[in-house]
This record gives sequence, structure tokens and C-alpha cells, in this order.
Amino acid sequence: MYRNLTIRQKQIVWAWAFLAIPVLFYTIIRFYPTGNAVLISFQNWNLLGDRTWAGMENYQKLWNDPVFWKVFKNTFVYLLLGTPISLVLSFVIAYHLDKLRFMHGFLRMLYFLPFMTSAVAMAWVWRWFYQDVPIGLFNNILAGFGIPQVAFLQSTTNALPAVLAPAVWAGLGFQVIIFMAGLRAIPTSYYEAAKIDGVGWFTVLTQITIPLLRPTIVFIVVFSSIGFLRIFDHVFNMTTNNPGGPLNATKPLVLMIYDTAFNGFDMGYAAAQTVVLFTILLIVSLIQLRLLRST
Amino acid sequence: MKAHLKGLVLAGLTSSAALLASAANAVEIEYWQYFFDARVEAMETLIENFEAANPDITVTMTHFPYADYRTKVAAAIPAGEGPDVVQLFYGWLNDYVEAELIQPLPADTFPAVQIDSDFFPMVQAMKDGDNYWALPTAVRSLALFYNERLFEEAGIDGPPETLDELMETAAALTKLDGAGNITQVGITAGMTAQDHHWWREGLVRQFGGDPYADDYQTVNYNTDAGAAALGFYTDMFLGDPPVTAIGFMDEPQAAFKAGRAGMHIDGSFRIGSLNGTRGLKWGVTELPANADGTRSNYSSYWVNAITTKAEGEKYDASVKFMQYITSDEAMQIWLDTVGELPAKPSVGLTEANANDETFGPFIRGLAYANTTKFANESGQRQLMVEMVERIQLEGMDPAESLAIAAEAEQKLLDEYYAE
Repeated sequence: MYRNLTIRQKQIVWAWAFLAIPVLFYTIIRFYPTGNAVLISFQNWNLLGDRTWAGMENYQKLWNDPVFWKVFKNTFVYLLLGTPISLVLSFVIAYHLDKLRFMHGFLRMLYFLPFMTSAVAMAWVWRWFYQDVPIGLFNNILAGFGIPQVAFLQSTTNALPAVLAPAVWAGLGFQVIIFMAGLRAIPTSYYEAAKIDGVGWFTVLTQITIPLLRPTIVFIVVFSSIGFLRIFDHVFNMTTNNPGGPLNATKPLVLMIYDTAFNGFDMGYAAAQTVVLFTILLIVSLIQLRLLRST
Repeated sequence: MKAHLKGLVLAGLTSSAALLASAANAVEIEYWQYFFDARVEAMETLIENFEAANPDITVTMTHFPYADYRTKVAAAIPAGEGPDVVQLFYGWLNDYVEAELIQPLPADTFPAVQIDSDFFPMVQAMKDGDNYWALPTAVRSLALFYNERLFEEAGIDGPPETLDELMETAAALTKLDGAGNITQVGITAGMTAQDHHWWREGLVRQFGGDPYADDYQTVNYNTDAGAAALGFYTDMFLGDPPVTAIGFMDEPQAAFKAGRAGMHIDGSFRIGSLNGTRGLKWGVTELPANADGTRSNYSSYWVNAITTKAEGEKYDASVKFMQYITSDEAMQIWLDTVGELPAKPSVGLTEANANDETFGPFIRGLAYANTTKFANESGQRQLMVEMVERIQLEGMDPAESLAIAAEAEQKLLDEYYAE
């Protein structure tokens, strides 16, 4: 039967034969659980008993849950603070590191090191930094000067930035490397032309470097946005005694999902939250990809 | 090509079938519990003793981190895998029974009348008609740990007997640095640890209240007694001067272990981890009484049950194993290894145990202890944590915060019992 096919048809058969493996993999590992999660979001299930239909009940509960809105806001605060801060920081570092020749490799390694470190270990070390007197590093320094201690994690206002700081720091190394690759990819002829014309550094930066870095910037923005929208390990490990606390001040959506599912055993409600997170991620990614395409 | 694929699939199927079908000659039963060093060690001893007495039965123990425990049990049993005998928290019983994960213990080997009279009364929550669903080896209660070195240094003779004395003693033990920061707390505090149990079943009752009504289905602490209990608790860190700080040294037990806390309320399971701490000289006493001398305590327990997976000879072996791990001998081993108290007064209240310097206060505490029937323990604890945080971090009026907590907990209970 295969022999009777045209070359074009044979090519299609072969293409599908090779594609079958990833398609099967994605169907079983990605699409089936995703579909199942959507299904569970319309059901009540405590993990042990039978699943019962709940209709829109879980979504209604979500809409009326003040904790959800608080968490929703937190998630976007992580995104709106984290992405620009890490973008600007990593660009400034990459821009200057690119011009530096002395110990270039060593410095680059230092910046990349946090990215390779386990987030859990890092979060626990920072958690120790933030403790009150007598054990916390920062507060001991303050106390050494006779300054009253600052409540970092035990505060509804300071806790979120305190948790965000190590998360930004951890992702910096990766973004610096990507920016440097982007900077290297800009043809030197543009810079030479600018030099001949006698243009100042600021004009070079705003008219040549940044416009030509656009694909790199969009990539980093998409990548780090998804990362901050899904932030979990730093928050969970720095607040394990009171996950997402105090008073849900640091709780991101993923942590709420985890808590609902594996402490409250309310799988339906957790699945509804997951569907909402999925929708947000989808929308944010689509907007950003559209911006990328317009170049 | 098609034939080839068929062959491949067949080969895969047969090899996986061969893997699954492992022949068992002697009876082998599986036991599951969550991972806690001393508990695993105690169970290893029990299994060794049991196997020596029953050479035809092998018991395999599997343990998981606490966080994954329930998920794995729920996934394994319906699939016909997993344990024959399983350990579960007393508060989970309803869920396990409804999900048909466990089966009742046989009435001839475990007669209800006998168990009613042999075990501490709180165990009766595991009974349904003539059958018990599950039985504990050990029970837990709270007591007041104190640091003997710090007491000596501050010139305090002995541990406090009443709540007023508790505050005085704590004040004498608190130390500040030049900037006014607390560097040593008189007593640890934090609803995230055991304090929420102390507040619910201890303080609320001691201030004349009854934290729940209708068999723990109705919240009943939004009263004057509840407000007084909350006032006492928040005075510890909001009073003038404060004798403790929430989040001090990250965790209450860490502060006590490091010798930076004068007193610490915790469960009997903490004994094992405090014992090996270098440089820490500690004592333990009963929870302080109120002005009339009334004491109140909280007790809880983990139980063992036979799962629905166990059938035939495995079921018989499981019954034998259950008999052994609920025997007097097993309870004493558990007490000596883990520090958790025997579930039978006949073992727990022996002269030696009740007067034991370490176990005595916990065992005496059992006599006036109450067991909260939780619908969702971590959720209900979280509400207590937030009740205190609203007062401490947002300056909310305590009465208002108490009302919010009571309302939220009632909602949680209603949702649970509605199902």
C-alpha cells in the first residue's frame, strides 16, 4: 500500500511518523491533564471521594472570594514590579559588562551563579537575612548602629518586595547573558558610522542599541513575565510557616492553588483557579507575541 | 510495518505484565506512615518484634514526606496498590470512610465495649455502632517546656503554675538590646505552631468559654470568654512591655532550642528533638491553670486502620498486625522512642509513667484534655493566624478580628458538613 503512494504522500507519512512521538507525548503529558483540569473545575472533588458536578459553583465562589482578588492583585504586583526592575537592571549590567575587558569572564560567571543556584536554598538564606534580631543579618547590622529593626517578612507592606528581591536577583544572570548576546549581534558597522558622524553616546544608545535589541527585549519580557506570574518557590520557602502571609500579603496565585488543592483538598476550586491562571498567562503571552511580530 | 508495530506493542505489554506479576508465597503486608524520624524508628522496632512472633508474615513499611501523604494514599488504594494498614490523622477519618479507603476493624477481635473501657475516651470518635474504624497507638497533649538555665539566671525558683504567674515569669525572662529589640523572649508565641490549640482548647475554656458547640460543628468562641482569651494571648506581644515577639527567630521551637526563649508550649512529640540538643537544659510542666485552678489541654492522635485493599490472608495478617501495634507493649515502645503517650490509661497512667519527669506533665494533661474535631486543620489554623495578624499588623480592634475569624471558620465548617 505504501508503495502506491506518491512522493508527496510518502513525505507526509514520514513527517507524521516522526511527529507522532511528540504529538503523543504532548497529548498525554500536556493536553490530557489540561483538559482534565478544566473538567475538574466544574466539579467538586476532595481527592478521596467521587467527583460530583458543581456547574459554575467554583467560579462563582472565586468571583466572591476576597482572598482571590487579593492574590490576583499580588500576582500582578510581582509581574509589574519584577519585570521592569529586572529588565532595566540586567540591561544596565549587560551594557557595561559588554564594554569591560578586565576580568570579563569572571564577572559574567558571578552574575550567572545565582541563576544556577537552587531557588529553595536561596530562599532560605534570604529568609535568614530578613529575620529579626538576634539572628537576622540585615537587622543585626541596623541594631549595630542603634537603629530599630525593620519588619521585613512580618509586615503587610514590606513582605512582598522583600520576597521579590531574591527572585529578581536569581533571574538576573540569565537575562544579562541574553542581553549580552543581543548586544554582540548588533553589527559594529552601525557604531562605526555613528562614530564618523560624531554622535553622542545617548543617541547611539537610543537610536541604535535599543531599537536593534528589540527582539531580545521582547524575549526577555515574555520570559520573565511568565516567570513572575508563576512565582511560587521563593514565596513558599520564605513563608512556609504561614504560606503567602502575613495576611496573604505575599500570596501569588500559584500558591493559592497549591494551598486549596493540597491543604484544603478542594480540587474543583483549585482547578478553577488554575483555569484562571492559564487564561491570564495565555492572554499576556499572546499580547507580547503580537508585539514581537509587529517588528 | 504494521506487523512490526503490532509486535512491538505486544512485546511491551508482555514485559510490563511480567513486571507486575510478582509471586508472593509468605504473606506480605504493607504499612504506610508519614516521615518523622522517631516514628519511623519506633515502627521499625515494632515490625521487628511482630515478625519475630509471626514468622509467616512480613511487614514492609513505606513512608513519605507529610506534604505528599494524603495524595499518595488517595491515589494508591483505589488502584489496588499501596498499604494494607495505613496511618491517618484522626481528623481525616470521615473522608477516608466516605471514600471507602478503609474498612472497619472486626468486632470479634476488637470488641467496642472492651475498647471503650480500655482506651482514653477521646478515641471513641473512631467508633461507629459496634465497630471501630481505626485505633491509635499513641496520643498527644500539650505542656509547657522551660529552659532551666535561663530560669536560674533570672533567679526564678520554678515554672509558673497559673496564667498570671506565666506572664510575670515571662516578663522576668525577656531581654532587650540597646535599640529596644527583643533578644530573648520570655515565652514563645505564634499561632502557626501549637498556640492555636492552646488558645482554642486551653485559654478559651479557662476563661469560661466553650470554643465549639454541636459536636464541633458550630463556632462558639465569639463570646466574652473568647475575647478575654484573645486579650490574654495578644497581651503577650502587644502588652507593655511585651514578653514575646511573633516570628522571633523564625519559629517558636527554634527559639527554644537555641536557648533564646524562657518558655515554650509544645506537644509531647517535641521531646525527641529537644533531647539531643547540646547546651540546652530543659524541664517540662503542665499548662498553667487559671485563677480558680482550672486547667485545660488539647489532645490529638494518629490512628492506624486496615484499608479496603487488604483481603483474604492479607486481611488476617493485617488484623494481627493491628492487634500488635495497639497492644500495651507497643505503646510503651512508642512512648520510649517517640515520646507520644500511650492511648490506654492502663499503660499511660502507670505509676512510673505518670510520675515521669518528662512524660508526667503530658500524661496528667490528658485527664483534662479536649480533642478538636477539625474539618480542615490547616485551614482552621490559618484563620487563627490571621485573627492575630489583623490585630498585630493592622491594628484592628480585637473584638472585630475575633468576629471575622469566627464567621470565616463557621463558613468553613458549614461547607465541610454540607457535603
